[in-house]
Amino acid sequence: MAQMKFMCDAERCIECNGCVTACKNANDVEWGIQRRRVVTLNDGEADEMSISVACMHCDDAPCMAVCPTDCFYKTDDGIVLHDKDLCIGCGYCLYACPFGAPQFPKQNAFGERGKMDKCTFCAGGPADSKEEEYAKYGSNRIAEGKLPLCAEMCSTKALLAGNAQDVADIFRQRVVHRGHKDGAWSNNPQASTDNLAYDAARKG
Amino acid sequence: MTVMTAQASTRAPSINTGWVRYLWRMAMLLVLVVFSLGVSQVAVAQADPEREMITAAPGISADQWRQVRSGDTSSNYRDSRHDSNYSLINASGETWRILRNRWVSPFGLIAVFGMASLIALFYLIVGRKELEAPRTGKKILRWPLLMRSLHWSMATLFIVLALTGMNLLYGKFIFRPLFGDAIWGAMISASKVSHNYLGPLFAILLIIMLVSVVKKNIPRKHDLEWLKQAGGLLKKGQHPDAGFSNAGEKVWFWLLATVGLALVISGFVLDFPNWGQSRDTMQWANIIHAVCGLGLTAVSLGHIYIGTLGMEGSIEGMTTGYVDETWAKEHHSLWYEEVKDQAITEEEVAARKAGDGHSEPSATRTS
Ligand code: HEM
Ligand code: SF4
Ligand code: SF4
Repeated sequence: MAQMKFMCDAERCIECNGCVTACKNANDVEWGIQRRRVVTLNDGEADEMSISVACMHCDDAPCMAVCPTDCFYKTDDGIVLHDKDLCIGCGYCLYACPFGAPQFPKQNAFGERGKMDKCTFCAGGPADSKEEEYAKYGSNRIAEGKLPLCAEMCSTKALLAGNAQDVADIFRQRVVHRGHKDGAWSNNPQASTDNLAYDAARKG
Repeated sequence: MTVMTAQASTRAPSINTGWVRYLWRMAMLLVLVVFSLGVSQVAVAQADPEREMITAAPGISADQWRQVRSGDTSSNYRDSRHDSNYSLINASGETWRILRNRWVSPFGLIAVFGMASLIALFYLIVGRKELEAPRTGKKILRWPLLMRSLHWSMATLFIVLALTGMNLLYGKFIFRPLFGDAIWGAMISASKVSHNYLGPLFAILLIIMLVSVVKKNIPRKHDLEWLKQAGGLLKKGQHPDAGFSNAGEKVWFWLLATVGLALVISGFVLDFPNWGQSRDTMQWANIIHAVCGLGLTAVSLGHIYIGTLGMEGSIEGMTTGYVDETWAKEHHSLWYEEVKDQAITEEEVAARKAGDGHSEPSATRTS
């Protein structure tokens, strides 16, 4: 059983918003909703730092613990998904989420928010048909043996997605090599671009 | 364990009939089941956002973490999401979740079911407060039609809001496993919609009610004596002085005027996200709302008990509008002195009601 995680290497993120665009494209989400965002601290200063964030598919996810409908579940890959048929749009998951991941299509009187939407790790969600799944949750790349499109398309490989252990190993090796004249890109068997776009199906 | 001892001590009084004892046992069982559910909920939810953050963005310096956690979104902070003013990390989310899941949720249950058990125990040991003197058969108007309608509309809404609100907090532990997703989905969605649309209606009625009875509920000196004697509920033949409202009713009024108002105000904050209040504001509103809601639900059980089972003759004032002279004399002596000349026979009451309804005075005198 894998435990899928995203990891963003702040040393590498150049705030290009490619991940944000890739996500929009892969999942065709509703207007106004943006499952991934890039946050920049101290913009324009020497210590500027950017991080790409979306749902982090927490272990013991806080959203899961507070949802009144209990509509969240964790897949065997450790991905946190939710059932839009059950969701009542109460907003509690947003109150609890450490990363501000849940979003709502509306914000109207009487707590009418519509169905919560968040990153699915490109793993779709519960539905009767592929079409319904795509319409409600976006693409299911995991079922096709692919990783989330945001991480796959990250130009600097700042954003990594995959089994937590593997992603952490890659990062550790980078840190070991950091300061090296070619960054973390040489003498690192796992740091070739191929391996970084880690294949969930191969190592699942 | 307190539950067990409470159960044991109920065996002592021999007044109860078979079915009362049966109901009592069922109630205790329910308390145990629900209580253990509350406790098991405490044991779940051990999520650790801190660890997630370290996985999500490792290799950030201590200073940067401090900045991120402080929720700083000052001028050099950028977020690529449309309209977003969220900091990177929602530091108060964990506080809110722990307050709600570990404190409000279990202790709310303890408050509501503890109150229900205390009332049941009280009923079994002390029993109903009967009228001491025989009824005179003459009636005094206590609640005109308008006030009765207001009261029962509020009562209905309150019960609906309490049940739907508790469903939002506890329903998933009971009904989802019991009924399955299809029914549970319909149930929780109906709960949310009715709670969110009826809530504001309740708020309006509450304010009308508070304004129309505030004069009857100004605290007076004799209320202290009433409270000292616990309203005479414990002793046969004891009837401390009281005006139109006794001290117990005044306490209920002032609870509604304070806790009730906090409840509806926090309710509005939650109910209208379109007003642009922040996520942090809503977290606090939720805690205030749940504490006030569950607290009032617990106290309302006492109000409902006294109004129905607990005291002979009280319910008549709110159903027919009229109370018996004896009831007025025993429970509201000072008010009775003021209005005793208005007592009428049952035939006169019937005639008044059979008429066009306009002959019923629209207000009662206050004391
Ligand atoms: C003006 C009146 C009220 C308004 C506007 C209001 C509004 C709300 C809202 C918006 C929520 C959040 C639920 C959601 O959106 O799904 C809520 C939850 C809740 N309400 Fe109310 N409400 C009102 C009155 C009451 C009353 C009278 C009670 C109890 C007697 C009550 C008990 C609760 C409880 C227990 C919750 C669940 C809290 C939680 O899950 O943490 N509410 N209410
Ligand atoms: S929505 Fe938020 S709390 Fe839930 S798993 Fe994703 S990041 Fe964690
Ligand atoms: S908005 Fe939907 S998913 Fe989020 S806590 Fe409420 S019901 Fe659950």
